[in-house]
Amino acid sequence: MHRGKGMKFVGDSRIPAAEHRKPNIPKDYSEYPGKTEAFWPNFLLKEWMVGAVFLIGYLCLTVAHPSPLEKIADPTDTAYIPLPDWYFLFLYQLLKYTYASGPYNVIGALVIPGLAFGALLLAPFIDRGPQRRPSKRPFATGFMLLAVASIFYLTWESVATHDWEAAKKQGQIVAESSVDKESDGYKHYKASCAGCHGNELSGGTGPKLLDTGLSPEEVAKIAKEGKGNMPPGVFKGSDEELKVLAEFISNAKTK
Amino acid sequence: MLNKIYDWVDDRLDITPLWRDIADHEVPEHVNPAHHFSAFVYCFGGLTFFITVIQILSGMFLTMYYVPDIKNAWESVFYLQNEVAFGQIVRGMHHWGASLVIVMMFLHTLRVFFQGAYKKPRELNWVVGVLIFFVMLGLGFTGYLLPWDMKALFATKVGLQIAQSVPFMGTAIKTLLAGDPTIVGAQTLTRFFAIHVFFLPGALLGLMAAHFLMIRKQGISGPL
Repeated sequence: MHRGKGMKFVGDSRIPAAEHRKPNIPKDYSEYPGKTEAFWPNFLLKEWMVGAVFLIGYLCLTVAHPSPLEKIADPTDTAYIPLPDWYFLFLYQLLKYTYASGPYNVIGALVIPGLAFGALLLAPFIDRGPQRRPSKRPFATGFMLLAVASIFYLTWESVATHDWEAAKKQGQIVAESSVDKESDGYKHYKASCAGCHGNELSGGTGPKLLDTGLSPEEVAKIAKEGKGNMPPGVFKGSDEELKVLAEFISNAKTK
Repeated sequence: MLNKIYDWVDDRLDITPLWRDIADHEVPEHVNPAHHFSAFVYCFGGLTFFITVIQILSGMFLTMYYVPDIKNAWESVFYLQNEVAFGQIVRGMHHWGASLVIVMMFLHTLRVFFQGAYKKPRELNWVVGVLIFFVMLGLGFTGYLLPWDMKALFATKVGLQIAQSVPFMGTAIKTLLAGDPTIVGAQTLTRFFAIHVFFLPGALLGLMAAHFLMIRKQGISGPL
């Protein structure tokens, strides 16, 4: 744009007066080769239609699969098998191989990903030839195909070796119980049963004992004689204590 | 009326060149799926931007309910998911959008790579694009912790262990991210929240501005 002597400005600003401005007329279509189209509003409308179709699929996914939420984080649970989000699985899987873990951890955690992502970042300075067709630059194409295949393979391996059922179980939100931890019944429960049935009666090795629907007599019978995998004679207290315990478990309910 | 307002503003600010730079340009034939269906591969970048906008909007609404501390974070997400009207939809869009944006960005990257569109004079735009990719991965990593549920905590612990295994400065990196060399707790959550909501989006917006500015300056690469 023409600047300097002879320019007329609006007031004392740097905005040129109307007669000195660039005309608001875009270049004629005939100046472009091929069937060009104006970005605004023609092409943008078409783009928006693609976006709208995409948005419908996106919303269907959102409605069909509510986002997951596991139970509140408990740092003391040492048995939890961790799993990152799916797009980090290939990096996670890489660290499971012998020469990428343990004493070689640096290779799996730093060297291989560093080389791969470094090469990606600097691709234009590595692949410097004038050719653009994939078939005319075999090294660039080959390495990229290799990288994509490795990412797919590692992600697949990670998904296949993960115990999804155990993962689903370990994170489940457990309903809070309304058990009175000061009661006599809970003290007997803690002594004999909590090891398998959990401190909250929410289950562990054994099933949960909330909302069992069993009468105190039935509970007492199971406590003495066992059931399924539970051996007989787990409860070692007196008959009087057994009665208190049975009442307690029979009445235990979720909040 | 609208024209009069436009003229009034234009008289003072000369916005016409600005408008021309942003929107008034030609779209060449070879990128237009209306002319060549195979040109749909050029949509991936635009769709990445589209999802990014949705992520920013849904994220803004999520922060109206989310509380970044270890006592209330999970409770607030649980409330949002089960009690708030449309909370499940807003959180769902943010959750699935995080995955979709990675997919779309991956496809966009492959398109640019296999077409060799990063070659001279577009090297810088490729570098900025890969940096955007890293920022997105960082957003995914930090956002995963925020619901403060079991998988969030333990995935973050593993991620921080990997960061710690970097020779020489591993512990420093971990302390910077987690707020403590050993504990993953209250401070980790607030730091990840700050990184997820302020630092990385700030970097992302700056990089995207540079990305788009360079596209407008250089134009889209020609047909193969």
